[in-house]
Formats: sequence, structure tokens, C-alpha cells
Amino acid sequence: MNVHVTGDIGARTLAIVSDLKGLEGPLLPILHEIQAEFGYVPQECLPVIAAELNLSRAEVHGVVTFYHDYRDHPAGRHVLKLCRAEACQSMGGDEIAERVKSLLGIDFHQTTLDGAVTLEPIYCLGLCSCAPAAMLDGEVHGRVDADLARELVAEARR
Amino acid sequence: MTVRIYIPRDAAALALGADRVAKALAGEADARKLDIKIVRNGSRGMHWLEPLVEVETAEGRIAYGPVKPSDVASLLDAGLLEGKAHALCLGGTEDIPFLKNQTRLTFARCGVIDPVSLDDYKAHGGLKGLEKAITMAPVEVVKEVTDSGLRGRGGAGFPTGIKWKTVLDAPGDRKYIVCNADEGDSGTFADRMIMEGDPFVLIEGMAIAGLATGATKGYVYTRSEYPHAIAVMNEAVTVARTAGVLGPSVLGSGRAFDMEIRVGAGAYVCGEETALLNSLEGKRGIVRAKPPLPALQGFMGRPTVVNNVISLASVPVIMDKGAAYYRDFGMGRSRGTIPLQIAGNVKHGGLYETAFGLTLGEIVDTIGGGTASGRPVRAVQVGGPLGAYFPRALFDTPFDYEAFAAKDGLIGHAGITVFDDTVDMLKQARFAMEFCAVESCGKCTPCRIGSTRGVETADKIARGVEPEKNRALLADLCNTMKFGSLCALGGFTPYPVMSAMTHFPEDFSPAPLVEAAE
Repeated sequence: MNVHVTGDIGARTLAIVSDLKGLEGPLLPILHEIQAEFGYVPQECLPVIAAELNLSRAEVHGVVTFYHDYRDHPAGRHVLKLCRAEACQSMGGDEIAERVKSLLGIDFHQTTLDGAVTLEPIYCLGLCSCAPAAMLDGEVHGRVDADLARELVAEARR
Repeated sequence: MTVRIYIPRDAAALALGADRVAKALAGEADARKLDIKIVRNGSRGMHWLEPLVEVETAEGRIAYGPVKPSDVASLLDAGLLEGKAHALCLGGTEDIPFLKNQTRLTFARCGVIDPVSLDDYKAHGGLKGLEKAITMAPVEVVKEVTDSGLRGRGGAGFPTGIKWKTVLDAPGDRKYIVCNADEGDSGTFADRMIMEGDPFVLIEGMAIAGLATGATKGYVYTRSEYPHAIAVMNEAVTVARTAGVLGPSVLGSGRAFDMEIRVGAGAYVCGEETALLNSLEGKRGIVRAKPPLPALQGFMGRPTVVNNVISLASVPVIMDKGAAYYRDFGMGRSRGTIPLQIAGNVKHGGLYETAFGLTLGEIVDTIGGGTASGRPVRAVQVGGPLGAYFPRALFDTPFDYEAFAAKDGLIGHAGITVFDDTVDMLKQARFAMEFCAVESCGKCTPCRIGSTRGVETADKIARGVEPEKNRALLADLCNTMKFGSLCALGGFTPYPVMSAMTHFPEDFSPAPLVEAAE
């Protein structure tokens, strides 16, 4: 998950932007690619994107910060997302969230000190008929009970 | 002879271990030298039975579920390949009452076919609607959709045909079809299921919309939380393009239509159509004031149809079987079928497509089978985070746009989230405000500031601070948000809050602070 940045961020950004700028409304696809490349959206990317798309740097900054998905720093090696929405609440999602927080010793939006796990809230994975739901590094899990929560935490810790 | 075995690739099935079951079955079949082909289909929508394994036999498909990887050996021992009996055997899939009692028009193929096989799609009636639309004038296609009575399935319930007519009549050098697949409401998963289980029906619906309105380009805007749906849709679009369903000459008609899949970035408000258009253009997902209507000035300022996934996916069957066929289902001004999504604390959760008109009680108690926890049902939230909480006393409300509106609720995207008697309705009301505060785009004051004040006021009520005064204040705040907000996020957040306060007043009168014991 956490990609260590090596090489020239500007040059790699330019390559991504050049690839995608022909799309109608290219900014979100570009930012998704940048996050996939670097693991977050480095500040150094913004002027490059702005210049290529003929936007102001403030406009690009506004977009990056508007959306929950874009990170301004790298996440842990694993990202554990817990659904916090109503259907998951109805099946004890809040208790599971508290349990996971105490197992990891962190709150939402935080990363464990060893850099292993970032814990994030998510509002609906569309798994509302098999709640509570979680996502570990893109893999979905339904009917998360205390045992499964412990397994997911152990897996993420590895 | 090769035996076809179906194991869903739907995210709900995957979340319950479908990949592990498929792997175990492939391994075991290999070891036993059995001639099988595993087809990764969509889900049938019976999520309490997932992973649901089906085997194709001379007598039709036989279902087994829920299957764990450790069940695979015993299933094969019992004669899975011949559809023989086993403790997990559910009999013929189509005979399972939950499935048998449905009217599957939009979801007719979901869970039945291989989602990315165009041949499978065609063998099950696919592309007939598009073929018919090609032979018709655009105005006739629009009339057919209008006559079907189809209304926007995203929640607003606006007549789809009228929206199309506006775009058809609008002058423009370029027009667009935008599919709103930003299904962020908790309790809903119909869009996800159709994208994962029958993507071609959405592609066909969008192509028909393009031919009908003169649009040549389509976008599906979906959520980053739906990686599986994104993958299936991208694969299906490539297949459709290769086969000439999409491209410069749709099915050899000489008329162009192509489409792309776009992914949002975790902003709930982008499910609102004007915020979605801004996001698609690469801007912040800020709501636009209307007018101008997106139908006249939408994506890139051009005439744009913005329709929900289910609205578009319902078009092929309407074109194939005719407006009258579709219109004959339903009640009042709610025509056709609606895919109910039964979720939360419920025994039989899943997707249930049926004509409008069932009562809420029938849906929750009879079809859903009551709560998963076995405790009494206390509240049901209909229509996602912006929908009202209904108490048992309103279980006689028929599922219909107008009937729900008359009870100060909405059917929204037809998500139904069930809560048992352990739910604290003050907490739910507070959450509605908190969610609005987190997700507000910030453009209008009632939503941006009202939601934060709402959280604070709910907290005061919980602490027993001047409860009567603060309840009145919360109601007043809801009134301001309802009538003063620019879009449905701020405008509809009062529904869950006010319904919780109206129907469950006991939760808003916490016991007065007890004096410390001496």
C-alpha cells in the first residue's frame, strides 16, 4: 500500500497527466492514478497538474482536499476500513469499531506506530444485507463479528 | 460431459467467502478428476444464503447454501454434480420462495448468467430492446419510455421519459448520458448488484438512451468503494465495444454511442446529480443551483440525461416487451417493478424485485422474516440516510412514492434497513446530522452549519439539558434545513431526525439527571 517515493515526482506526475489529459474532465482520473502511483497525493504534484490542465494551483488543491479518498501523506502498509453507516450500526457495527480500535490502539484516521495499519471509517460498502462490513486492502468482509475482527486485525498486523 | 457450477462473484458473496469456496471446489474437483466448469455469476440476491453454489442439471439449476470451503468435500461426496441431496441443498433455485415470488424484470438475468459473456446475455433475451430501438425514431423511443410510467429509481421519482424528451428537444452539438451509479445510501446495493451481475443491461439501457436523445457519449459515475463493480463494468464495456454494441455504429445502425466508467473519490454528496456533474468535470463535488436543468446544461454545459442505474437498466425490458407490459405492474402513479433492498438487522436480507404496492410490514416481516437477532423490530429506515424511520404502527404503508410521501417519508432508492428494539433513536437522529455535517459540500448555510448545530442540539437533549427547549430547537432547525437547503442532502436530513423524534418520543426524553448518591 505504502509506496516509497523514489525518483522524480514531477516527472512521474507529468507522465500520468500527459496520458490522461485528453479525457473530458481529467482531474479525478489523474488524481486516482497519482495516488495509485505514490500511495498519496504529494504536494509536489499540484503545480505540475495545474500547469498542464491550465488550472490554478488553488483549484487543484481545492479538489484534492474536497474528496475523502485522497491522502496528503502515505497510509500504513495495510488499510482497514470499517463501515459506519446505518445498516452496519443495526448489526452492532459500533461495538466492532470500538473493539478494533482498542485492538490496534488507534482511532479512526490514524496509523499504528509501526506503520502497519491505517484505520479508516467508510460510509457504506453496499454490503448492507450482510452487515457489519469491512474492507482490508480492497478485500471485502461481511458479518464481521468479534472473532473475524480479531482475525482481520491480526492479518493487517502481519 | 462438463458440469457447469455457478459461484457468485458479487461483492456480498465475496465478503462471505465465495472466492475461497470456488478455490476449494476447483482444487477438490481437480484432485478427483471431475469435469466441471465454474462460472462466476452475479448474485441471486438471497444474501443470507451466500455463498450460494448452483449446479446445472437436466432438471434445472439446483442450489446449495450457504457453503463454506470446508463443505466442499462432503458436497461432492453427496453428489453435488448430479444435484443430489445434502444438508445444504435448497432444491431448485427458481423454486426457493424468496425468488419464486418475485417479479424480476430489471434483474431477470442477474445471478443467472455469466456477467461478462455477451453470448449468455443474448441467449437470455439481451439486446432485443436495443435492436428494437434502432428501428424506431428517437421520439418514438422516448414516447415508449414515457408511456411505461418509469420514474427515476434514484429516489426523486421524476418521470424518465419526460427527462429524455427535454434532452431530445434541447439544441446542442453534443449531448451526454450520465449514469448515476454513486450509490452511497446505506441499505442500498441494487446498483452494485446489477453492475456486478448483469452489466450489459446497463450498457444496453444507456445505448438506448443515447439513440433516443441524440447523445453519443455516456459516462457511468460510480464509487471507489465498489472496486468489483468497476472491474466488471470496465470488462463489459470492452466486450461491448469489441462486439459493436458500442462504438461508431451501434449494432450496425450507423449511429454512434460509446461510454466510459468513471470513479468518484468518496464524497457522498456526489450522488446528487449536479454535484456529480461537477465531479465528473474534475471539480469539487459542489451542488449547482437549478435552473439551469442538467437536461439543458449538464455535463460540460451540454444537454445531459442523468439517470440512476436502475432507471437505465429497466429500459431494455420496456423496449423489448413494450410500455404496456411494464406499466401493468404497480399501483397508482408508481408503475412497474422496484428492486427492494432488504438490509440491516434482518433474517432474510437481500434483493427482492417486485411490483410497487407491497406494504412495509409484508416486506419486513414476511419477506425479510423479521430481525436477524430474533428481537422485535422497532424501527425501519426506508430510503437510505436521508429516509424516514418508520415504526411498526406505519407498517400498513404500501410501497409507493406517494404513499410514503403522505407519511412524511420517502422510498428513495428502495433501501430498507431494519433495526431491532435495542436501537436508540436519539443516537440515530444524531448520526443523521453528523453524517450530513461530514458529507455536506458546504455551499449552502442550512446544510453546512445546520447539521453541526443539529449534532450539538441532539447532544444537549441526550445530556438532559433543557430537553423541551432543545427538542423545539431541533425541530425548528430541521424546518430551516428542509426548506432552505439547496439539495436533498441538507433538505432531507430532517426526515430521519424528525421521524425519529415524532415516532419515538420516548428516546428523546432521557431520564433527568440523577443526583449523586449520598
